[in-house]
Amino acid sequence: MSIILMGCFIMKKVGIPRGLSYYEFYAAWKVFFEELGAEVVLSDRTSKKIIDDGVKACVDEACFAVKIFFGHVINLMGRADCIFIPRLTSISRNEYVCPKFGGLPDMVRGSIGGLPFIIDAEINMRKDKNGGLKAAYEAGSFFTTDRALIRSAYNKAVKSGYGVLPAEAAAPAGVLKNEGRLKIAVIGHGYNLYDSCLNMNLLNKIRAENAEVITLDMLDRDSIIKRSGTIPKKMFWNFGSKAVGAAFCLLDRQDIDGILYVMAFGCGVDSFVCDYVERLIRREKDLPFAVITLDEHSGEAGLNTRIEAFIDMIRWRKKNDINLPSHGQYLHHGESSAG
Amino acid sequence: MILTFPHMGNTYITAKVLLDELGVSYVIPPLDNQEALSIGARYAPELACLPLKINLGNYIKAYEQGADTILITGGCGPCRFGYYSEIEQGILRDLGIKMDVIALEKPDAGLLELMRRIYRLSGYEKNVNRVIGAVKKAARISALVDELERQTFRTRPRETAKGSTDRIYSAFRENVLNAKGYDGIKKLIGETSEKLSAIKVNRNQTPLKIGIVGEIYTTIDSATSFNLDIKLGNLGVEVDRAVTVSGWIIDHMFKKALRLPYDTGYVDAAKPYLKTMIGGHAQETVGHSAQYADRGFDGIIQIYPLSCMPEIVAQSVLPGLSRDKDIPVMTLIIDEMSGEAGYMTRIEAFLDVLDRRRERSIG
Ligand code: SF4
Ligand code: SF4
Repeated sequence: MSIILMGCFIMKKVGIPRGLSYYEFYAAWKVFFEELGAEVVLSDRTSKKIIDDGVKACVDEACFAVKIFFGHVINLMGRADCIFIPRLTSISRNEYVCPKFGGLPDMVRGSIGGLPFIIDAEINMRKDKNGGLKAAYEAGSFFTTDRALIRSAYNKAVKSGYGVLPAEAAAPAGVLKNEGRLKIAVIGHGYNLYDSCLNMNLLNKIRAENAEVITLDMLDRDSIIKRSGTIPKKMFWNFGSKAVGAAFCLLDRQDIDGILYVMAFGCGVDSFVCDYVERLIRREKDLPFAVITLDEHSGEAGLNTRIEAFIDMIRWRKKNDINLPSHGQYLHHGESSAG
Repeated sequence: MILTFPHMGNTYITAKVLLDELGVSYVIPPLDNQEALSIGARYAPELACLPLKINLGNYIKAYEQGADTILITGGCGPCRFGYYSEIEQGILRDLGIKMDVIALEKPDAGLLELMRRIYRLSGYEKNVNRVIGAVKKAARISALVDELERQTFRTRPRETAKGSTDRIYSAFRENVLNAKGYDGIKKLIGETSEKLSAIKVNRNQTPLKIGIVGEIYTTIDSATSFNLDIKLGNLGVEVDRAVTVSGWIIDHMFKKALRLPYDTGYVDAAKPYLKTMIGGHAQETVGHSAQYADRGFDGIIQIYPLSCMPEIVAQSVLPGLSRDKDIPVMTLIIDEMSGEAGYMTRIEAFLDVLDRRRERSIG
């Protein structure tokens, strides 16, 4: 347990909720805290109970992903001296993440009683490329007073953890056959794609149809960034500009058979990004495109039907070699509920 | 070039002064925002925020009346407002509606591009002074209109003949469409204010006081929130709304851009509950709520459109503020599906709570 040393709390066990930014940054954060001598406690994988707890604690109007994050915070209670909930204002130049990421520690504090200490260091790299290091100094100060140690832990974390995805993101080996294999690109936030409880095993359902899944993380980072700047007004959400850049990269390729956009119900960012990406794709190419919206009320049967229908449509079109001209007048909105 | 612009409460009056003074042609979309919403909702993404849907309806209506260019302000996140123009242009384009957009914001292409847009507004006259003069006049009018509205907030709960304020104020909103330029509109505001002052009021009344906070569009555009401010006034409540059109123009567009100091008391007041700027008006919502509580208001009503990201964060922290400062807070969420009746029941129940609290504290 924590002991008090010279007016500064020295924490031993730091809890990290397995939600939202976990998928992108856990690898780096783990290295960082362990370098400082802390023990990292990760919340359990998302379960029915975690979802229920989160839904109960969180305001109704929040998006599904935030509700699940709340469930993970609750899962950590009593298991750690403190919980790391950084305030992710910005993780890239001139871009933001999402208002809810910026206010996440406030939301958690306002909604869950009896919390342990929350480390809510702000990460803001919008105008300051040292924003990450600054946050590290703040977060690290709860574990050590040695700033040189914090700095070296930060550097190690960036070097070995940046861009490394957690185990959940890996595709299971040997599901796909070579013959008749499709390639389906899936656009969505990491926490919507890699949390198989949140999305009812969506990616593996697609793979079970003998379709390879291409996520944004599998595309070339530099090309995405380059292409994201080719629209009149660049998106100011980190995820948005990534999705737009990725859509261009996918349109350039000839081997993509269809694109699925996966979003959490109530996501403000996706309501815009999805619309933008969908129009972009439909204007350029006649590529099958569908939207899947997930929330705590989504049923698995509905999801299965939608995926099967989408894949069947693609196979049928391939067989009949249909190539419709792409045009604005064909624009329609994919029915956007999974259940 | 025939300009138009989106509605938001009384902003059309400010925009009218600006465009009159610039001497450009323009169309004001019909005032009926409920109809605009039903048109916009047909074409906008289902989960887009409500103001975007109304904007879209405004543009389509204005297009039918001959407008070809939209004048808007912009933003750079993190909330969706800063990306409205791009989404709206995409939708209009796919509908086959050809409209240009002039966004008054700092573009990716830099400040020169902004100057180019302003020149374009003034018909390429390159007369910067005229533009600056028009902007100043528009800002002054916006402050006068906000003061006029505050006056209605004070007279409505106190008037002895119910409906007097409403009659004068709605006549003003209609007649202002026919007034011309800074001078004409200023005169009309002055006359209206005198009429409001002449209303007989009950001076002994101490109405309940409610602070209205929340997302800027739904709080400022009375029609979108079922005329909540007017209804409360007619139920004998004095309302206050700290976020105003003029405050938004003067503080956010000028002072912030020119790095002049402006009142940031709300930022400190919000701190214990919401530490940083997260976009939209969340910091104002939380900070103003704290300030209303400290000023002895009886209650707070937060209003926001469904799925509004910053206000969802604000809503999550308001219960703590309500406990600490012992002030009732109610949240109303607006979407195109919700009917007025449901809101009124909740509002009446809320007023009952406030009444009883007051009796207890006096008795
Ligand atoms: S980006 Fe969307 S899903 Fe993620 S926290 Fe923000 S609103 Fe929720
Ligand atoms: S403040 Fe809310 S309603 Fe307004 S643009 Fe932002 S998300 Fe939409």
